[in-house]
Amino acid sequence: MSLSPVEGVALAEIESGTGEPATKGVVGRSPGQLAWLRLRRDRTAMLSGSLLVFFMLLGLAAPLIEMVYGIGPREQFQNLLDGFGMPLGYAGGVTGEHWFGLEPGLGRDIFIRLIYGLRTSLFIAFAAALITATIGVVLGALAGYLGGWLDAVINWITDLTLAMPFLIIALALTPTLTLRFYGERGQVSSAFGVGVLIAVFAVFGWTSTARLVRGQVIALREREFVEAARASGAGLGHMLFRQLLPNIWAPILVSFSLAVPQFITSEAALSFIGVGLSDETPSFGRMIYRSLDFLQTDPAYVFFPGIMIFALVFAFNLFGDALRDALDPKSSR
Amino acid sequence: MARFLIKRLFSATLTLFAVSVLTFLMFFALPRDPVTGMCPKNCNPERLERVRDDLGLNDPLVSQYAGYMKGIVTGRDLGSAQGGRCDAPCLGWSYVSNEAVSDTIARVLPVTLSIVIPAAILWLLLGVGLGMVSALRRGTWLDRAAIGFSLTGASLQLYFVGAVLLLVFVYNLRLLPVPSYTSLFDNPAKWASGLVLAWVALAFLFSAIYARLSRAQMLETLSEDFVRTARAKGLAKPTVYGRHALRAAITPVVTIAGLDVGGALGGTVITETTFGIQGLGRTAVDAVRSGDLPTIMATVLIAAVFVVLANVLVDLLYAAIDPRVRLR
Amino acid sequence: MTDEPLLRVRGLTKHFPVRQGLRATGLVRAVDGLDFDVRPGETLGLVGESGCGKTTTGRMLVRLLEPTAGTIEFAGRDITHAGRRELRPLRQDLQIIFQDPYASLNPRHTVGRIVAMPLQVNGIKPPGGIKARVQELLELVGLNPEHYNRYPHEFSGGQRQRIGIARALALRPKLIVADEPVSALDVSIQAQVVNLLRDLQRDLGLAFVFIAHDLAVVRHFCQRVAVMYLGRIVEIGDRADIYERPQHPYTRALLSAIPDVTRLGPAGRIRLTGDVPTPLDPPSGCRFRTRCWKARDICATEEPALVPRDGGDQATACHFPEPAGAGLQAEAAVAVAEPAGRGAGANVEEVSP
Repeated sequence: MSLSPVEGVALAEIESGTGEPATKGVVGRSPGQLAWLRLRRDRTAMLSGSLLVFFMLLGLAAPLIEMVYGIGPREQFQNLLDGFGMPLGYAGGVTGEHWFGLEPGLGRDIFIRLIYGLRTSLFIAFAAALITATIGVVLGALAGYLGGWLDAVINWITDLTLAMPFLIIALALTPTLTLRFYGERGQVSSAFGVGVLIAVFAVFGWTSTARLVRGQVIALREREFVEAARASGAGLGHMLFRQLLPNIWAPILVSFSLAVPQFITSEAALSFIGVGLSDETPSFGRMIYRSLDFLQTDPAYVFFPGIMIFALVFAFNLFGDALRDALDPKSSR
Repeated sequence: MARFLIKRLFSATLTLFAVSVLTFLMFFALPRDPVTGMCPKNCNPERLERVRDDLGLNDPLVSQYAGYMKGIVTGRDLGSAQGGRCDAPCLGWSYVSNEAVSDTIARVLPVTLSIVIPAAILWLLLGVGLGMVSALRRGTWLDRAAIGFSLTGASLQLYFVGAVLLLVFVYNLRLLPVPSYTSLFDNPAKWASGLVLAWVALAFLFSAIYARLSRAQMLETLSEDFVRTARAKGLAKPTVYGRHALRAAITPVVTIAGLDVGGALGGTVITETTFGIQGLGRTAVDAVRSGDLPTIMATVLIAAVFVVLANVLVDLLYAAIDPRVRLR
Repeated sequence: MTDEPLLRVRGLTKHFPVRQGLRATGLVRAVDGLDFDVRPGETLGLVGESGCGKTTTGRMLVRLLEPTAGTIEFAGRDITHAGRRELRPLRQDLQIIFQDPYASLNPRHTVGRIVAMPLQVNGIKPPGGIKARVQELLELVGLNPEHYNRYPHEFSGGQRQRIGIARALALRPKLIVADEPVSALDVSIQAQVVNLLRDLQRDLGLAFVFIAHDLAVVRHFCQRVAVMYLGRIVEIGDRADIYERPQHPYTRALLSAIPDVTRLGPAGRIRLTGDVPTPLDPPSGCRFRTRCWKARDICATEEPALVPRDGGDQATACHFPEPAGAGLQAEAAVAVAEPAGRGAGANVEEVSP
């Protein structure tokens, strides 16, 4: 029990509200601006961030690079292979012409295929991360805010999705879907393969975001500022998107930035076990899978895509960590 | 405790039931004739029709499903074309490998177990140990090295690590034989030497994740009041860290570990593909490639069983480690 | 002051089911049949110990909680179960101020957005624009209107509570439910905020339901006071009656707990022993009987009705009310009387830090 003076007349009127020092800027810094400042000061973040930007530019500019480089991703250089289909020269045929050498067998240029693989990989990963984040945020926020049977149903679907072996289902589902749309003999376009992959990721990938958002929303739901909006007659949309989401975008952003490398990895893994993309579409996983057959004869072939994908995922992970630190200074890595 | 277990098992059964229905629908009901995949090329329509009949594909879906489930629980008669009587747990007959699916599973399951269990022991010891040491020696070169290790490991791909390991230890140094599976009971030395690369590859990647996780957990625990209280009342460092802090820090690690092991037991697809070992995962991939529906169905179900069981086990372990968790 | 009440509450009840698994194993009777009126421009204080149902009542009044039974009439309309759309026009007249100035402001919104929220949600475009109206409101509550673009974390607790008040005022309400608006603030700041509320109440002719556990603050602010115990009103009346002529033993015990700087020592303090009984299973008859020193057999069997005594405004729910006119001073003799600690776990002294 607080002990305030008994008599009202004795209450002193001390105004502190208006006597603010004028030196402080009138425009305040939002929590987002503060996080951005912290991120700017973090050297790891800036380094990995620039590396990411570099990778994205490479992916975006792939056709431009092809023009400058002068070699397309499907061109074959059989004349540079020996009688067994092995590239001539050292380190898998690395020359001034072919920077990363040639693929054994088909004799395609590895460098330009990696650039296009980067493009495919980043596109799929970003698209999948965006879609899963959207589904996860909407379902998680609804489940957390409304609770009741909706929460129970969404929770159960989450459990169910987690119980399904993702790789096997994806593996089995992709050809089934392809057959559904193309029949037995149809020529599958690479855009379709990409679309199917994104769809499979979307179906299986939203659960972690949904869980995260649900937990955060439940923690915020009973906070008084949410009730204040409710007492003013705010509707569901205002509650979710104006009141709740602005308070949880930090963890959502972090989970998004860590989801992208996961999808890069998953795409490569799926391509590796032979679903998803056809051999026509350049892809990291596909290249590594093919390179396993030449592990003894042409070890350079496995290193270029392997190191490329490592660098990409590494940069994303570093950046995601730095982002988490910037957004939540209290958390320890 | 018993009530909690029963409740938990009930919901697990419900989840498994839903997984089985979904898988069934996905593979049997989608408009892809499952038979075309099962019959080698150039089969005539009569043979196709017979296979379809043997598989019961002309029956309504519900009775197909009921028959399948009945087979798992009590066994059933599949007809002479499918090896006659099929004992419980009957998972059907594969036209591709011409054997009962349960026989296939019985052959490949020990392979996956032999890969996952030693690897899991290795990655837990390595990962948690590294995380603890780096949390207790925070800021030293040891800590920084551990962070570097875990960041690198978390970004590496299993198939790439596997390829490098193969290249170095098998093809260049010739220290190890080409990976293969031999039963532990036939020849333990050969069992270990054939699988050690798979263990190392899996353990390397997973321990990176676990080192990160347990370091963060340990740091959080060390800053909590009860640890400070324990130190302040004069308990020795090893007692505090070993008994009080470790116990609290390891709880979330156990959860993740349980789920990871459960998931891995369902098939280490990438590992098996990289090292060319025929386990559950590789079998599933082959089944998908050849359109072998009964085998696909069986591998998916088994994987789901492992995940769901791991969930139940984790809940129980959780309660055993953390007395705050009330079993209701 | 007209006789037509702005807010009329009858038999207001809130029961929370207690579940174990899927079975409901009990009911928490948080609020159990409240009757009271609030006239336009009137301030009603709602006091009681923590857990007595004050806050639940406040939340039901602004429809943040759905009442289990009873009716709430506002400006002559029954709003007990009104949906969001039906409430829309009434929302503007009925607002709430929250207890915790740190939790009640969205940390991601600027002060301007926070105060403008009720206007935007209700699609109101004030003449001169939203920004002008918000700045006018900020000025009204004693904040610098230049701080429009600042974030809550840049303000002190008292300033934040002023922001919350500005938000509540944005729709020009007729009634404000203030849920312990000052109890989270430092004592020196409490006075400022209470004075601000009093000034606003006078200038704007607002009616208040002022929820508090601090009797001194209530005495300073409220014209009428209702004392709650275990989900019931045990006594209601004008400020002077309640503070100077309390008739219910519980009210007297509460009042005796106010420290009086003019007297030294523990004189006059009535110590209640035992804990507040659980609202899961409230005592039969009079709910206060387990801690009451006047309790007789009838208290266990018959529930006393909240009836006016001596034809006045003051109503007391007690079988043995203090005679009207007996001042607090006369209580010293009773105060030392040993309370009949019949409640389970009696004599449990508070060990709170």
